[in-house]
Amino acid sequence: MMSSIFDYTLASAREALRARKVSAVELVDAHIDAIERLDDGLNSFITRTPEQARLAAKEADALLARGEGGSLCGLPIGIKDLFATEGVRTTAASKILGNFVPPYESTVTANLKRDGAISLGKLNLDEFAMGSTNLTSAFGGVENPWKRCDSDAKLVPGGSSGGSAAAVAAGLVLGATGTDTGGSIRQPAAFCGITGIKPTYGRCSRFGTIAFASSLDQAGPMARTLQDCAILLESMAGFDPKDSTSVDRPVPHYEAALGRGVKGLKVGIPKEYRIDGLPAEIEAIWQQGIDWLKEAGAEVVEISLPHTKYGLPAYYIAALAEASSNLARYDGVRFGERVQGASLDALYEATRAAGFGDEVKRRILLGTYVLSSGYYDAYYLRAQKVRTLLQRDFLKAYETVDVILAPTAPSGAFAWDEKPTDPVQVYLNDVFTVPASMAGVPALSVPAGLDSRGVPLGLQLIGRFFDEETLLAAGSVLEKAASFTHRPTIHAGVSA
Amino acid sequence: MSLDARTVAKMARLARVGLSDEQVHTYQKEMQGIIGWVDQLNEVDVTDVPPMIGTGLAQPRLRDDQVTDGDCREKVLSNAPDREGPFYTVPKVVE
Repeated sequence: MMSSIFDYTLASAREALRARKVSAVELVDAHIDAIERLDDGLNSFITRTPEQARLAAKEADALLARGEGGSLCGLPIGIKDLFATEGVRTTAASKILGNFVPPYESTVTANLKRDGAISLGKLNLDEFAMGSTNLTSAFGGVENPWKRCDSDAKLVPGGSSGGSAAAVAAGLVLGATGTDTGGSIRQPAAFCGITGIKPTYGRCSRFGTIAFASSLDQAGPMARTLQDCAILLESMAGFDPKDSTSVDRPVPHYEAALGRGVKGLKVGIPKEYRIDGLPAEIEAIWQQGIDWLKEAGAEVVEISLPHTKYGLPAYYIAALAEASSNLARYDGVRFGERVQGASLDALYEATRAAGFGDEVKRRILLGTYVLSSGYYDAYYLRAQKVRTLLQRDFLKAYETVDVILAPTAPSGAFAWDEKPTDPVQVYLNDVFTVPASMAGVPALSVPAGLDSRGVPLGLQLIGRFFDEETLLAAGSVLEKAASFTHRPTIHAGVSA
Repeated sequence: MSLDARTVAKMARLARVGLSDEQVHTYQKEMQGIIGWVDQLNEVDVTDVPPMIGTGLAQPRLRDDQVTDGDCREKVLSNAPDREGPFYTVPKVVE
């Protein structure tokens, strides 16, 4: 069989571009064509930017012909529609920002541009990144390109970076940006059979990323291989004086860490993650991951993260409180959609009633409640104290282990119509990803296998502050052992 | 703690989110469920535990007291839903 342009990874496309075996124009055109063929169905893009991409591809070819161009020169990627992009509509998947065209560029996307990456457009997400299904988008839900082997039901791609995960999995882009507040990179990566990294809090600048919960939000790469994620992360990361929580330390050459191996590495298995009702298939893939790391020379030990159970409720209080405060700026006066009212308060109320979806409103109301007079100490302050305990759990664990292995999510992707109606049940999707977010430590998800219905399952590695390199080394061992070469039903390389 | 419909309506007013009576009723049930679930945090002993404010990884920084941005009025106003000259418009606030 002839190899197709959709067999490239970001890394192999980079080599092919430099060797002039393929041109940036060919690569970009093929991906634009794939988006046109497949994305009316998948709905992974909110805004497509083919004209800008074609122009950029021509410029990239000129640079490449002279042996110039940055580390990502000519490579087509997608941008989660939470990153402000100068002159390109940025919606956060909300009606209230339906026509918002930022006059500035986020630092993360500016970094990717600087290195020559070419954006094909803005990717769908849960509204304001609030959700684990990508069904709360005001621009419609995203379909997971994977299907169960026994049914044609539409599956959710996970969320909130569901458009990013679906587009990467379907071969519409070579990589994408995501953001992760409580699992929004890792869980959709697992649901769509791709790789995603949530870096240490402060590793990537938050400037120009529309805020959900500022003390938790962190940008990261999503791609089909760990090497691709490492290449993207090296570009995205770095100190930014425009973000007061950005940390000033050098960005390592992440790709170099991939081949380090895990000989002598101590891997912790948190016993509290063996929750009641964990499906046998999730437990089995977790055990498989343990065996793979052992075979590669790692030492595996059981550890305790005693406050795990309280991670999710404490996360929801902290995240919702910050969200209610961050979203106060959408008032219909300075930007965004306005609904007129007789008084200023009536204008605010009508604008916000029409502009926000149900999930966002629910979170604003709850966030307002936990911050309101009389309840602040009982809820918000207590949650912040529990957060200290969650972080201490990790710091204590890292006195004895180098990295922690866990499942990414408690299930594989479920169908659109299987989404629970009880919000608490939906929140439980994030049970394994939230603790690392609360502590601020880095984590990644790699695809590890398929469940009995043919849907991908992911494994999660959680590391020490700023030790993304050990995550990449251990993740690479899992990736090699799993040799996950399965492709989803809907894929750019499959002709209809 | 119970979260009644009056409290939900009050939160909606504080947050300036317009809700119909029917919505107040729906949100009340859902919010009551979520608050009931987060009440499990009361089991945790937090005596002498300081609240975590951010991750503490970034150090507060000082910079020279100089203007580094600005002079871009048109950019700032470019997304205004309604404007008059160099101003945002709002309904009359002072009678």
